[in-house]
Parts: sequence; C-alpha cells; structure tokens
Amino acid sequence: MTNEILELLDNNSSLSTEDIATMIGATPEEVESEITKLEKENVIVKYNTLIDWDKTDKEIVTAFIDVKVTPERDLGFDAVARRIYKFPEVKSVHLMSGGYDLSVKIEDRTMKEVALFVAEKLATIDHINSTSTHFMLKTYKKDGVIFKGEQQENERLVVSP
Amino acid sequence: MNWDQVISKKVQDIPPSGIRKFFDLVSDVDDVISLGVGEPDHVTPWHVREAAYYSLEQGHTMYTSNYGLLELRKEINKYLDSNCGLSYDPENEVLVTVGVSEAVDLALRTLLDEGEELLLPEPSYVSYQPAAQLTGADVVRIPTNQEDKFKLDPEALEQAITPRSKVLILCYPNNPTGAVMNKEELEEIARLVEKHDLFVLADEIYGELTYDHSHTSFASLPGMKERTVLLNGFSKAYAMTGWRIGYAAAPEPIIKAMMKIHQYTMLCAPIVSQSAALEALRNGNKEKDKMVKSYNQRRRVIVKGLNEIGLDCFEPKGSFYAFPSIQSTGLSSEEFAERLLQEEGVVVIPGNVFGASGEGFIRCSYAASLEDIYEALNRMERFLNKL
Repeated sequence: MTNEILELLDNNSSLSTEDIATMIGATPEEVESEITKLEKENVIVKYNTLIDWDKTDKEIVTAFIDVKVTPERDLGFDAVARRIYKFPEVKSVHLMSGGYDLSVKIEDRTMKEVALFVAEKLATIDHINSTSTHFMLKTYKKDGVIFKGEQQENERLVVSP
Repeated sequence: MNWDQVISKKVQDIPPSGIRKFFDLVSDVDDVISLGVGEPDHVTPWHVREAAYYSLEQGHTMYTSNYGLLELRKEINKYLDSNCGLSYDPENEVLVTVGVSEAVDLALRTLLDEGEELLLPEPSYVSYQPAAQLTGADVVRIPTNQEDKFKLDPEALEQAITPRSKVLILCYPNNPTGAVMNKEELEEIARLVEKHDLFVLADEIYGELTYDHSHTSFASLPGMKERTVLLNGFSKAYAMTGWRIGYAAAPEPIIKAMMKIHQYTMLCAPIVSQSAALEALRNGNKEKDKMVKSYNQRRRVIVKGLNEIGLDCFEPKGSFYAFPSIQSTGLSSEEFAERLLQEEGVVVIPGNVFGASGEGFIRCSYAASLEDIYEALNRMERFLNKL
C-alpha cells in the first residue's frame, strides 16, 4: 500500500485521502494514518506544484552548474555540498558519478545574477576546483510530465466498440 | 440503379451498427467527455514505436510468411507458455493476424457452415454476430445477467445447445460488461463443451486486464486445447489498437485452414506491426504492468462513483469497462445515452448495442483520464437529478 500511495501522490499531490483510498481499495482512515506516518518519517518531504513558468511573465533563469571538487579529508563531498546548498538561489545539489562531482541547479532573475553568483559565491568556495555553467533554454519535460505544446493532440475516436 | 439487387443479400441483412449512430450525434455537441471508447487512453509505449522506426530503417518492408514472422510466433508461444501454461508449435499452430477482428472472422469462417449454430453469450462485443452471419450459420444468443455478474451460466448454455450447435464464443474478460470467469467456472463450461462436442472460440484480448486474480486461458483446461481457437492480440495490453495486430493459436488443422483464407485475403499482417509486436512481447511488461495498475485505480473510482450517484453497478473484474444498470431511471439504454450526450456532453454506449440482454445498462469505459472520469460522474449526477 505504501508505494502505491507514494506513486499516486508523486503524480498528483492534491489527491484527497478519500480519492486515494478509493483508488487503492483501502479505507480513508488507513490512508490517512499511512500518510501521516510517511510525513513524520520525512519520506514525504514536501507537497510541490509543477509550474510552467515560461507561460507566466515572471522572469526566471535556470542554470545547471557542473562543479569539480577536491573532497575534504574525513568529510568527503558532504561539507562542500553543505556550503553550496545553504544559498537560497541553489534549488538542488546532487553528487554525481562521471566527469564532475556536484551538479548544482540555480534559479535567479537574470543571467547576470546567475553569473555573478557563480563567480563570487560558488567558485570562491575552498575545495572547488572548477565550475562549468549551462543555462537552460527551454523545458520540454519535467518530473515525467511533457509540457503542453509539446504534447500531441488526442486522436482517439470519441466512440468505438 | 436498384442497389438492393446489387448488394449481396448477406450484407444487406447485417443491421447498421448501433455505435455508428453516436458518431453523428457527437459531432453536434461541444465539450464532450467520452467514456465511449473501447481502446486504451495511452499511446503505444515509446520503446515499441521506436522498434518500429528501427525496423523500417533496417529496410524490413517486405511480405512475411503468411503465418507471420517465425520470430514473433516463437515469442507468442513463449508468452502463452509462461502466462497461460500453454504450449503451441510456433511453426504450425500459431497464425499472426491483422488484429483479433480478422482472427474472429477467419475462425468463424473456418469452423461454421450454413445451417450450423454459433452459441453467443450476450451482451457481447459487436463483431461476432455479423461475422457469423456472413458464414450463413445461425447465431443462438445466450443472455447473461447482472445477478450472475454477467458470467455464462452453464444451465443456460446447456438449454441453448441443439444438435446443430457447433461453436461457442467465450470472451472473458468481457467487453462490454467487464465480467470475468475463474477457473472453476470455466471448468463447468468445459465439461459441457466436451459432453456436447463443441468447439470454442476464446477471445482473450482483455486477458492481461484482470484485477482480482490472474486470467485463466480456456485452452489451458484439461482436454480443451484441442477444442479451442485461442485469440489474443496487442491492442489492449500494449495500447496498440491502430497497429492492427493479433494472433490465433489452435490445433494445426484449424490454423492451416484459417491460413488458407488469410493468405488469399490478407497475405500477411503488416511487417512493421509485427516488429512492433515482437518488441512489445519482449520488453513491454514494465509499461503494461503500469497501465494495468492505473486501470485498476480508475476502475475503483468509477464503480464507486456510479453506485454513489444511484446507478447500480456490479464490480467488474476485468477489461476496462463498467456496465451499470440504468433501470432505476425508467429510460431505455438508448434514451439514456442520447439524452446524457445532448444534455451533459457525456458519451456512454447504450447496452442494447451489445444484444437484447444489455438493455437497461450502459457501457462506461474507464480507459479515460481520472479528471475526465470525475467530471463525467459529476455531469451524470447532475443529469440524474434533473430526471
């Protein structure tokens, strides 16, 4: 039951307890108590909304930054990651395998602000060897959802046997 | 020109489809929500479409064996073996067809002669009756009802059997009712099939879409493999309706005979669809399981919703249809469906389209988005309150 609840909420966090209960064939009370438990355990961390900001007049610039790091003795990458993720401009930080170490996503109002943030705040952190900044130009798909305009029209017939 | 003299009597005798009428009605209504569709609301999974691209890129554009690609037939056999406990000889006992629809036509033409009887439990999918009519055989309808959850009652079957009875059609999980028959119930039927020396056409296209326990293939029952033409395809389980690809598995003499018609009418199923089907069978399980899970969630929502707004609906355990009774409204199925469409813009299919015993019911497909299902239920409730 746990995974099915999580999958449903992952897809639509505004589903009511009753709806979820119906869908998975459980009682609303069971679902309620399971969700409360998951919230307490921090399995459910936060309820988010997926927004296509390109459709609004809000100015927003997103950049992905590949960061190469010299890990600190005893602390590995964690200490550097911590120094990075505390900035509110930083939306996500992942430790990666491959050509670089940390993948940092930044959102700000303008390209200049992002560039300044990288130059002044990020690149100056001890143990960071290099950064490589990529600006995002367009979102086609996010969190498993294809954004409108990219999606194809529904071609199903309205009636079929 | 006197067209009545031009057009074959057999074709003239086939009544126009009750579903077609709704096509015309729908075009006059705006903002339509459809629960009238008998196909998945997903497009074919990307890996399958991609495999079709690749196959074209490789230049696979020729005819295949009349039977279909041997590779595909072997994969079908593997699937039937692991999912249904059945083993067919891919060389001689499997025929790849242009959808299950073609297979139905081939099987009926192969098995029936003029004057013989086809036993057809109803409500039933709309194409069996006309296909049988074209063979010149007589169709004997066996009504099923809501109290029995639209399962075929062995007693009713036995009563319908005459010395002319030859073929029995079993379509479980069922379109339009969503009924399933479990192993024990099918064994009862198998006993009668043996006793009265019948042949069975088992259309198991919805076999992957069951929600309580897994599907029992009729041919897997003792003694039934040699009396069954098993039909299945890719449309429903892998969301591949437009590819038109299905198959029949049966004893060699039957497949050989079906192939005779197939080779002169179709030659072979389209090779690109065969390549796509091969990919679906090999790597389609993950996507399929996801779809089944999601149908199951929507099934529970629509059944609960229909019952809550006052349309008595038994719990369908297969396919993607709910078949609620509308008898409490006093309307006929057709009146109900027409008025619901015109007044609230919701498309459902009147049950009588599927046979006389479907009168008093409507078919609601839950292969629709959850939002549409909720909205359709709201509109249906409003409609019922106005009556």
